[in-house]
Amino acid sequence: MSTQSTIYLDYASTTPVDPRVASKMMQYLTPDGEFGNPASRSHRYGWKADDAVEEARSHVANLVNCDPREIVWTSGATEADNLAIKGVARFYKSKGNHIITSKIEHKAVLDPCRQLEREGYEVTYLDPNEGGVITAEAIKNAMQENTILVSVMHINNELGTLNNLEEIGKITREAGAFFHVDAAQSTGKVDIDLSKLPVDLMSFSAHKTYGPKGIGALFVRRKPRVRIEALIHGGGHERGMRSGTLPTHQIVGMGEAFKIAKEEMESDHLKIKAYHEQFLKEAMKIEHAYINGDLDNKVPNILNISFNFVEGESLIMGLKDIAVSSGSACTSASLEPSYVLRALGRKDELAHSSIRFSFGRFTSDEDIKNTLSILNKVVDRLRELSPLWEMHLDGIDLDTVKWNTH
Amino acid sequence: MAYSKKVVDKFENTLENPQAFNVGRFDPKEENVGTGMVGAPACGDVMKLQIKCEPKGNTHIIKDVKFKTYGCGSAIASSSELVEMLIGKTLEEAKEIKNKEIVDALELPPIKIHCSVLAEDSIKQAIEDYESKQ
Repeated sequence: MSTQSTIYLDYASTTPVDPRVASKMMQYLTPDGEFGNPASRSHRYGWKADDAVEEARSHVANLVNCDPREIVWTSGATEADNLAIKGVARFYKSKGNHIITSKIEHKAVLDPCRQLEREGYEVTYLDPNEGGVITAEAIKNAMQENTILVSVMHINNELGTLNNLEEIGKITREAGAFFHVDAAQSTGKVDIDLSKLPVDLMSFSAHKTYGPKGIGALFVRRKPRVRIEALIHGGGHERGMRSGTLPTHQIVGMGEAFKIAKEEMESDHLKIKAYHEQFLKEAMKIEHAYINGDLDNKVPNILNISFNFVEGESLIMGLKDIAVSSGSACTSASLEPSYVLRALGRKDELAHSSIRFSFGRFTSDEDIKNTLSILNKVVDRLRELSPLWEMHLDGIDLDTVKWNTH
Repeated sequence: MAYSKKVVDKFENTLENPQAFNVGRFDPKEENVGTGMVGAPACGDVMKLQIKCEPKGNTHIIKDVKFKTYGCGSAIASSSELVEMLIGKTLEEAKEIKNKEIVDALELPPIKIHCSVLAEDSIKQAIEDYESKQ
């Protein structure tokens, strides 16, 4: 089976590159294109490449309303998160050693925090509320004298829930701590205005917004100024914050993708919102389906549903013609169910049963219709196979059963 | 996912045609039925295996089997594979079935070996239950 016959509903994992972006990128690779090194100051190849890089930087800055000089290119959001968190923590070590983050962050935030713990920093991992949101109040309560950094994501990648950056930023400003936001899921989905938001650092990724993989950026505020210690040295590119020859075609791709995102955010949003409503309405007709994350406070492109009495990995295997993600343990190498769903206080069995559907620019009416019909059929069949469903139909409360755990 | 074609086929066939693959239930109260249920929902897999036996000579023979499994694809495939091995076997022969046979038959990846262990446990428990009734 070719991948083309599989319905793609995993846009929160990655998006295809928009063909308009790909064709622009092609102009910066080959001998007849602008393949120069943007750092070459002595000839037109370098100047042209540098122009392209700076134009792309403006497009990125323009989408989030900041100064282009506040954008630092990185290899992706993971590097941007690492650079922000380790960079601030190490630069301001003399100011304090306490960091606040949350249990539902992406591993790209959690793992650098773990590393800093090994280096002697103290990290507080906050629980979300049951709707999957990190509240400003929780941040306020966790603040200490020595807190130097708060790192909280904008949109949660598994649930689509939104954190209120304005409210959290107000707290961090009052406390004199820096505020970093992982916004990998946000660009092109919600408005971001960094001229108003009290955010000091923000991570971006190209490949969640129809750009290429392998490129991202970190916003580093100039006023009030934030300083970071570089992770990669050699050549002093990006004002010393991130050395390494700039990948012109990747950068151009990200710039073009973000330019299109700005122009088409509204039309993308309207289309996806309609799909979300349709999908939600139909999927919730399935008995014992539960939405994970606060429906009133989430983006429409991500929809996380648990189908009780059915295990997530088997559901994914049953949905073989549909590309989706699961919070099930069995899809991961660790055999642990999604830490995000567990942090919500969901029972393990509901975490095991969760599927994340994520819609995007190239999703069609047909995709939604076909997915819903396959989903209904497969959930039914797996329940027919499920001893838990049988017990449920027999009126047995599964919480009272003594299980033979292995 | 590092599943062999055998796991995928077994899973898909069982899902497509559950009756033909012995999905279902016997009345657990019947005297000639033994039931085994292992695993826990919180761990992500629960297997229920039921055997229907009849005496033959000085032993008992497995005439029919039904199962239901909640779990990942390889857990469902493992139970389905086990069920096929059981029909027509004496209880003594069934007790000898080792999880390794399921691992080999389905080419299970190392991380999924616990599914075959669970299947082995389920038949042991079903036989115990049956024998306790005799």
